[in-house]
Amino acid sequence: MALMQAIKMSLKSIIDNKLRSFLTMLGIVIGVMSVIGLVSLGQGATEGVTSQIKSMGSNLIMVSIMGRGMDTSLSYSQAMSIGDSPYISQISPIMSANAYAKYGDQSYEENISGVNENYMTLRNLKLKEGRFILSIDNDMRQKVAVIGSNVASDLFGFTDPLGKTIQLDGNNFTVVGVLASGGSSISNSYDDSIFIPIKTMFVFQRNRGITQIYLSASSEQYVNIAQYHVENMLNTIFKGDTNAYRIMNQSDLLSTVNSVSNTLSMMLGGIAGIALIVGGIGIMNIMLVSVTERTREIGIRKALGAKKRDILLQFMIESLTISGVGGIVGVIFGFIASYLMGHFMNLTVSPSINTILISFSFSLLIGLFFGIYPANKAAGLKPIEALRYE
Amino acid sequence: MEDNRIASKNVITMRNLSKIYKMGDNEVKALDNINLTVDEGEFVSIVGPSGSGKSTLMNIIGCLDVMTEGEYYLNGNDTSKLNENKLAELRSSEIGFIFQSFNLLQKLTALENVELPMIYKGIPAKERYNRAVELLTMVGLEKRIHHKPTELSGGQQQRVAIARALANNPHLILADEPTGNLDSQSGKEVMKIIKELNERGNTIILITHDINVANQAKRTVKIMDGKIYE
Repeated sequence: MALMQAIKMSLKSIIDNKLRSFLTMLGIVIGVMSVIGLVSLGQGATEGVTSQIKSMGSNLIMVSIMGRGMDTSLSYSQAMSIGDSPYISQISPIMSANAYAKYGDQSYEENISGVNENYMTLRNLKLKEGRFILSIDNDMRQKVAVIGSNVASDLFGFTDPLGKTIQLDGNNFTVVGVLASGGSSISNSYDDSIFIPIKTMFVFQRNRGITQIYLSASSEQYVNIAQYHVENMLNTIFKGDTNAYRIMNQSDLLSTVNSVSNTLSMMLGGIAGIALIVGGIGIMNIMLVSVTERTREIGIRKALGAKKRDILLQFMIESLTISGVGGIVGVIFGFIASYLMGHFMNLTVSPSINTILISFSFSLLIGLFFGIYPANKAAGLKPIEALRYE
Repeated sequence: MEDNRIASKNVITMRNLSKIYKMGDNEVKALDNINLTVDEGEFVSIVGPSGSGKSTLMNIIGCLDVMTEGEYYLNGNDTSKLNENKLAELRSSEIGFIFQSFNLLQKLTALENVELPMIYKGIPAKERYNRAVELLTMVGLEKRIHHKPTELSGGQQQRVAIARALANNPHLILADEPTGNLDSQSGKEVMKIIKELNERGNTIILITHDINVANQAKRTVKIMDGKIYE
């Protein structure tokens, strides 16, 4: 019997049992939809975080200093001496603290970071207006501040902040620049930060010391050598106490984040996969009912010359059609679901071709796997027993 | 109906055929040492009360069941040497079944029911359609080809079944109580068609418990307790 005929017969039987076929299909639709939706959600989240890390620049090396205060931390010149290497192009020690920022009758607790002129390039910051901190600001210990976009709107509303004087813990600073809004990054959000010259900050926060150092390697291939150099220097400064500092570069961070989010995606996909398997059991269940109901029909077909293979094919195509159509509908709904999720959760969620292909072929595989037993049962019926069945 | 078969060729040859059912320790001989020959073009009725073994005999003749002992040749094919698939092929090309309860597929139209055996034989769609229409016209149902069995009377359903039995132009028509579920008028019409088929050269075996139906055949074989008498 030609394949086309078998397909026609199977489709006819599916259409004859519309509601039942629809409900069976629904199991597969939901399964495929949740696999695609959840996996692309996971991938979307990963991509979001990854792109934030990548935006920090691939040459970036970050050092966190665990100790606080002059004894356990670094001085500015000690920190700057680390950057004294042909493999390091730029360095900015950072000192951060919280302080009350006040303008007029508005007062907020904000993050204050003392930085030098290199910080803007190191972090890829963009100015909305004014200028960033210059080297001369540091040398002269100028009381100037560059504020993030959220700080600007908190304190100034619609007023232009440039040239205005704000108070940080009671000290007057002149606003010389406003940063363009850049969204949040994983290290911290600079939209909510106020930047002042680090040497000026030492004047007010004498007891704190450097909390972080950002460095950039002179090129991507020197990242490891530069990191080694930094590690050596810090080891000498802290006298072998490796717990006093932590060094990370962008690729370390990327691989950590990637491994976490890959695990997350796999887990989400796995949970959704269970839904798909449950859908497959639904197919098997309904196919078994259908075989019992159609025992007499199978007997008639066999008496009229249908071979084992013809009956097997007919039932296999039925379960494959149900799972295949369910898979296609599931892919469509999965697309819609992931775009909706992306829209409402502010993520770029786009189902990858791989996710679609894998979940669709998994649904076909399930149709095949759960269809074999009922189809085999139908094909193995003895014609006389099947004909006698009422 | 073309007929290019050689006359007086054996369609059925049975030698010392037995069918034994084992029920626990008991052995039941449903068919006991049967010897039967049916020639091309014959019209044979097999008559016997229920429990006589006539259904078992019909199942074996129709290749739906296999014997326990003996030999059975259908149109020269040794059925004991055939596997399930070969038996299905044999049924498809050599035998046309007419059942007491019609056994039409309820979800298919008359036309599709008649096409079914041709589908399994692999006949192309167009040829299949033409032949099915031709056969339905022959049994007088040319205006009902797109009706489903539920929209047809019992007599009409049995005529669809006859058309289906003829679809692959088989050597043998096997009719199992073809009038059993019909009123006497429809029964007469169906018997008339069957007799006409025999006059055109079809070999027919009619299985019945009704001696009046059996007597309409040219040859009557009686079956009782698994043994046959002529």
